[in-house]
Amino acid sequence: MGSVADTQTAPSPTPDVIEVPDLDRAWVTIVWNDPVNLMSYVTWVFQKLFGYSKEKAEKLMLDVHHKGRAIVSSGARERMEYDATRLHGYGLWATVDQP
Amino acid sequence: MMLFHRAGDECVARFTPEDAQILRQSMASLAALLADDPDPDDPAVERLFPDVYPEDPVQQAEFRRFTEADLRTAKLDQARTVLTDLLEGGGEVRLKEERAELWLRALTDVRLALGTRLGVADDTELRAEIDEAVGRNPDSPRVVQLTVYAYLTYLQESLVGALTE
Repeated sequence: MGSVADTQTAPSPTPDVIEVPDLDRAWVTIVWNDPVNLMSYVTWVFQKLFGYSKEKAEKLMLDVHHKGRAIVSSGARERMEYDATRLHGYGLWATVDQP
Repeated sequence: MMLFHRAGDECVARFTPEDAQILRQSMASLAALLADDPDPDDPAVERLFPDVYPEDPVQQAEFRRFTEADLRTAKLDQARTVLTDLLEGGGEVRLKEERAELWLRALTDVRLALGTRLGVADDTELRAEIDEAVGRNPDSPRVVQLTVYAYLTYLQESLVGALTE
């Protein structure tokens, strides 16, 4: 009942291709909430280190504050390690991950 | 208690001898913590040098080997710079942008170390915490440390405000 046609067309090779990750794009820097850092300071750090607009920096800061964490940058692994190190230099709690 | 304000392209504060002493002692403690081989199991040290790969000890050790010495040197230099900017007797401090940023980072580190030791949490209400500590023993070190922490918090907030004005 049309099943042969379905099995011929449904499985596409495309998903396999997509699931091979672009390793240079697959990493993220995460900033975690902490009870010490000031909201104004965290916003300023995001603007300073990433060149984000005040609006974007504030949104990220609020995500960190309310959700406990936020992805602040993504890209090549080495770049994320660099970002995390700079964030540690500013006293923010940052980790690197490959989601 | 004197805080920072903006004057032209500088952030300016005038410190009383007492305020200067508080800040200098805090910076000196931080410098001491960073100068001697920091104990990696000290929660304050853990907070100042967080793991970037908390779930991968091998990667973490590798990463730390390449980055921690530089990070520690930078933090130590910052604390020492604040100690040279702020004289023992207090007085006026005028910070241009780059120097104000250095002070912000140093104040952050001091507050992180002290806040960790005090067990500051998300729901910590500083005023209530101080009242409670005073009620238990007005002469306890905790009362002093909480008061210092509160002062450093106001000071940093005022510097962020002055810098971004």
